[in-house]
Amino acid sequence: MILYYKRAISDILDHKFLNTVTIITIAISILIVSAFILFFKNANNVMNSWKKGIRVMAYLQPDIPEPKVSEIQMKIKGMYGVQDVRFISKHEALNLIKTQMKRQSSLFENLKENPLPDAFEIRMTTSLHNQEKIEALATRLESLPQIDEVEYGQKWIRRFTSFFNLFKFVGYAMGGLFFIAAAFIVANTSRLVLYSRREEVEIMRLVGATDRFIKAPFYIEGLIQGALGACFGLGALFIAYVFISSNVEQSLSSGFFTIQFLSAGTLFGIILCSTFVGWLGCYISLKQFLQY
Amino acid sequence: MTDGKDNSTIIRMFHVHKTYGNKKALIDITLEIAKNEFLFISGPSGAGKTTLLKLLYLGETTTEGQVLIDGMNLSRISHKRIPFLRRKYGIIFQDYKLIPTKTVFNNVAVVLEAMGKKRRFIEKKVKSVLRTVGMEERLQAFPPSLSGGEQQRIAVARAVIGDPKIILADEPTGNLDEDSADIILKLLKKFHTRGATIIVATHDKELIRKTGGRVIHLNQGYLQKITAA
Repeated sequence: MILYYKRAISDILDHKFLNTVTIITIAISILIVSAFILFFKNANNVMNSWKKGIRVMAYLQPDIPEPKVSEIQMKIKGMYGVQDVRFISKHEALNLIKTQMKRQSSLFENLKENPLPDAFEIRMTTSLHNQEKIEALATRLESLPQIDEVEYGQKWIRRFTSFFNLFKFVGYAMGGLFFIAAAFIVANTSRLVLYSRREEVEIMRLVGATDRFIKAPFYIEGLIQGALGACFGLGALFIAYVFISSNVEQSLSSGFFTIQFLSAGTLFGIILCSTFVGWLGCYISLKQFLQY
Repeated sequence: MTDGKDNSTIIRMFHVHKTYGNKKALIDITLEIAKNEFLFISGPSGAGKTTLLKLLYLGETTTEGQVLIDGMNLSRISHKRIPFLRRKYGIIFQDYKLIPTKTVFNNVAVVLEAMGKKRRFIEKKVKSVLRTVGMEERLQAFPPSLSGGEQQRIAVARAVIGDPKIILADEPTGNLDEDSADIILKLLKKFHTRGATIIVATHDKELIRKTGGRVIHLNQGYLQKITAA
């Protein structure tokens, strides 16, 4: 086995150019695919933090007496998935708007009466942070006769979720395509290596070398190419991540979210996949090239 | 003509035919070669000399007929067993067939590496064989830096290092000057005396005259006659 490794390493050094081309190709494919993974991971984090901030607003019909309000509040609090219910009276709501729109305070001076309705601000438990469950809660709220309208940014969430899912699908498809493309590029480059060494392979066969003896170093080369390609691709991604995250986080000083790099498990998975691609490429070309 | 050393047959061919498309390369060849024989296959270009050698080491398969090597029927041999069959042979080519990117040492060592021999044994054996062919000084040289005669001596070293039962040489002196050809011939004779069966395909009548032994004459694929040199 040590002999096979030695031969593989000496073969890589003997064919530096072709091996470099293969490693760069794998590195670029890995960079693109892992950039997608990194984007999804962070987009998912952003979506989750947005979802955590989602509040359902239930607006009451006008002139509901105070005891009735408390009764409704208790009823809502008892609903599945509701964590907290806060009553916001129309006066409180107006004051809030006034403080938020200090510069436009003249707009409120001419108001004869408060046009805002009383409302409940409902916070949900984390188990309820998905679109279907939010919609179900909204329907239950709307079924209460004293509730006039329920609002939770439904259109926005629906659009964003479908856009995100579409993007995710495209990402998976592209990941798959890059995987296949990388495998075929490796197959072609190893075929070039094999072609440049066909005489050597032929001589080895004539002196009684088994298929295993001939193929093993090529497979090891493929594995090394795949692993090195992944390391370089991920290295490039990490440099880009450091550069981008320092810039983006400065501009998003709100601390709303921080860009995270891929987890150790994901990195390991990518390296494993890439190593497999390297092996697969070699397998394809060897299968076609080495036939008695 | 086996010098009375060991007369048992090592190679048998029965009604062997080989065709490439419409071209008949060998037609109805039947012959026997004894162990430790020094045999020549002679004939003009295109007579079928190289094809006959190829059939022996399964570089080609017969279209019809049977070839038996050391009792092993080649038409029944599985692909997996082919490398083990080839280890019975040492093969020498007119164009040497050395790996240009590997040193002399590695070119010769590859046979033992393929057999799975230990590194220490390989080093010892390669040096010993290179000493026998007079190339021990060029251990680390690369084939392109050597003369034709030197390259063929390396090819002979590679052919004999695995202690093969049979040495096949296809026009081994075809590209060499007279002095270099004599060296190769002497080496072949040396390994013959050590017990190997030597089969040389050549159209060089002088080489046959100098050596002696049986000569199989081929012409346009037919076995014309078998003579003693």
